Amino acid sequence: MIDPIILLFLLQDGLTNGALYALLGLALVLVFTVTRVIFIPQGEFVAYGALSYALLETGRVPGTIWLLVAMGVAAFAIEAITRGSRMTGREWTTAAVLDLGLPIAIAGLTLAFASKTTPALVNLLLTLAMIAPLGPYLYRIAFQPIADSTILTLFTTAIGVHLAMTGLGLALFGAEGLRAKPLTDASLPVGPIVLTGQNIAVYLATAALIIGLWLFFERSLYGKALRATAINRVGARLVGIRTSLSGGLTFGLAAGIGAISGILIVPMTTIYYDSGFLIGLKGFVAAIIGALASYPATAIAALFVGIAEAFASFYASAFKEIIVFMLIVPVLVWRSLGAVHDDEEE
Amino acid sequence: MRTRLLLLAAIALVALAPVLPGVPPFWITLLSNIGLASLVTLGLVLLTGVGGLTSFGQAAFCGFAAYTSALLTTRYGFSPWLTLPIALSVTAFAAVVIGLITVRLSGHYLPLGTIAWGISIFYLFGRIEMLGRHDGLSGIPPLSILGMSLIDPKAIYYVIWFFVFAGSIATLNLLDSRMGRAIRALRGGRVAAESFGIDTARLKLIVFVYAAVLAGLSGWLYAHYQRTVNPTPFGLNAGIEYLFMAVLGGAGYVWGAIAGAFVVTLLKDVLQRVTPLIFGELAQVDSIVFGALLVLCLQFAPRGVWAFIRRLAPANSAPDIADAPALPKRDIAATGDALLSVEAIRKQFGGLVAVNDVSFGVKSGEIVALIGPNGAGKSTTFNLISGVARPTSGQVRFAGRDVSSASAQDVARLGMARTFQHVKLLPEMSVLENVALGAHLRGHAGVFQSLARLDRADEAKLLAEARRQIERVGLAEHMHKPAGSLALGQQRIVEITRALCLDPRLLLLDEPAAGLRHFEKQQLARLLGQLRTEGMSILLVEHDMGFVMDLTDHIVVLDFGSKIAEGKPEAIRQNPAVLEAYLGGVA
Repeated sequence: MIDPIILLFLLQDGLTNGALYALLGLALVLVFTVTRVIFIPQGEFVAYGALSYALLETGRVPGTIWLLVAMGVAAFAIEAITRGSRMTGREWTTAAVLDLGLPIAIAGLTLAFASKTTPALVNLLLTLAMIAPLGPYLYRIAFQPIADSTILTLFTTAIGVHLAMTGLGLALFGAEGLRAKPLTDASLPVGPIVLTGQNIAVYLATAALIIGLWLFFERSLYGKALRATAINRVGARLVGIRTSLSGGLTFGLAAGIGAISGILIVPMTTIYYDSGFLIGLKGFVAAIIGALASYPATAIAALFVGIAEAFASFYASAFKEIIVFMLIVPVLVWRSLGAVHDDEEE
Repeated sequence: MRTRLLLLAAIALVALAPVLPGVPPFWITLLSNIGLASLVTLGLVLLTGVGGLTSFGQAAFCGFAAYTSALLTTRYGFSPWLTLPIALSVTAFAAVVIGLITVRLSGHYLPLGTIAWGISIFYLFGRIEMLGRHDGLSGIPPLSILGMSLIDPKAIYYVIWFFVFAGSIATLNLLDSRMGRAIRALRGGRVAAESFGIDTARLKLIVFVYAAVLAGLSGWLYAHYQRTVNPTPFGLNAGIEYLFMAVLGGAGYVWGAIAGAFVVTLLKDVLQRVTPLIFGELAQVDSIVFGALLVLCLQFAPRGVWAFIRRLAPANSAPDIADAPALPKRDIAATGDALLSVEAIRKQFGGLVAVNDVSFGVKSGEIVALIGPNGAGKSTTFNLISGVARPTSGQVRFAGRDVSSASAQDVARLGMARTFQHVKLLPEMSVLENVALGAHLRGHAGVFQSLARLDRADEAKLLAEARRQIERVGLAEHMHKPAGSLALGQQRIVEITRALCLDPRLLLLDEPAAGLRHFEKQQLARLLGQLRTEGMSILLVEHDMGFVMDLTDHIVVLDFGSKIAEGKPEAIRQNPAVLEAYLGGVA
């Protein structure tokens, strides 16, 4: 017989992790529907966010800001080389502001504010500001030039980006793991278990993002443009939606969601430069269950993955990862049975 | 011949490397590592580059063989050579089990699946007590030959490279064979391949197991070369690295596997020795560089390094296709006997009735045309007859058998061959090879015969048959060109030629005259007429009325999924329902 307290505790643990996986799963679905990229590097944004935030908390300046500046410069250079001759003066200004001005401003702010006494909220905003723009730059550098190639090519590119970002993570943050203080010390006893402020923050953030995404896609013009791009790239382009812009925007959202997940998770567990990959993959398991298309199915699947993981780590801790990743296989088989893949798509 | 010389030169270079004066010992170590990686990448070339199945999990298969041999030699005192067949069998068994699930995954689900089991197997190795958990197993004995231990790095170097060349040559043999053509059709030609009787699901599994066994061979060598195993080299990162080698080298080219392994292994070594001097011990610059290179390679050189090297090498002259004994032919039923009968077939897609209880028949030695305006259900009817789709109700009888629920392969085996409305040739394969694919069912050589080059007599007959058919339709001068380089009209003829290679009882032609010029249409009509005189039966879908009226014996007219008329061409020409459907009642 299972002790009901343990059961509740495992459920709570599972739901917290599950909520985080839901955030990541939603970002993956978002990226896939708009750009057809299976966004393996999502996890790296989690690790970058977590480690940058933890470093800021100790008053140190994360190396992320230099990466941000470098990627901005690279994106600007690529834009200038590939489109330079056709760009108007105004486009040059926009590109310079977004690709050069923005990262330098964020780096400057970080240098100015970084100290041990900086409030957590400022650190949080700084972390978000230095991670989210990495998304659009990454899209511009690695994915936009091959935006129209097959899903498999985009996928292999994503694997390459994952490899490079993990290596960069080690260079930026070192091999030591970091952990941050909880956002709040508040706690809420619910029956026999205690919900920490961190738990509540995770639930609230997940709920807020789900609602936010829903509003964005249903109500805003940009959201509708993204959906149109997802359904038909050529058609979207014909009605005047800049699909490259949608791609960049989506990557920005995904990177931002990654950073938030990282900030939420780093007070709960020690994060290393390469921790993001496994966390991201669990979001993936959920996204696949949701067929890389359905937001609600993904969110529910993510909670299920979190709970399955919590129980697996209690009853068969040595085989936790194996159990979680093997969950994906029957789903893949099931999804494949329903999918119609033409020769042209392969 | 010239490529054979180049191959011999390469073998000589590899053989001489250790004995050349001034070659530092670590070069030999490096070359051995390149050889080990080449074997795994070779499998990926076949699996991913040729077969189109992207796998990030190949390193796990090295692990199966390495751990099997490590366990048997250290714990149970087996001799290393005795463990080779055992290790490869274990790997092959694992590959069959994993492959049965994996190859069924479609599109991007497949590589995701390989990531899932790639990670899981890596963790499994690290959790099993008997396999030494994270520390792995050590004290593995080296290989020995005739009592002489191959503990010297130079000695095992030769063993490794012997297997690399043997594996490469066997793979080249396989690709240049009946099964090889079928494997090359997996990527982008699945529907066509199945229409010529190729069991693509089984073939994918074969390729998957073949690639796994090559990886297993590498793992077995690794175990007795390093003499210690732990989970790290069998993880997902290693799997990604192997795929990187295949992409960089040129997925699709056998020698690209070695080129890719060479570049990546060398680069890794240089980066690992140089970067600590600049960035300190910590930086993992190799993975940053590899990741960035993979991205660049996909953007600027998606066909890899070998595609460039190949351009420098002298082109092979087209092989002569020798005469060979003719393949046995099917008995053709007497002219006038019922060959195909379609009885009230119906196809519904949800609420839409695409084909509505249509019945008609084709007699032996007859040309029947299926005509109708766009969206009349002609192509769907074709797919129902040829086994590409299943009817919702009704029956299709062909050559005396009920084929309503038969697969495309089964229908092909009974002697029905088809062409496609949108030409489905493999553009990079030569016309000859595309056509020879049609004769797949008339050959018998399997994978093992092909690997060992014991398939030559069988293969010669198939190629000779393909050549005969190509000459018959007048495309002899284009025989060795890539099919994609031909004009559309010629490609349609190539499709018909491929269908003829099946030695069919019935030819199904889906809009054979579409896109043809007037002169080409006349030629096609002559060809089809000649085939009829030889006793061939033909069912065709066509829009060109002039073409249909002059050529056919019998016409079936469909409109909105239903048959509205059938009869002789002259009768159809005057049928009011047909005129109504085509001209909207003006006449």
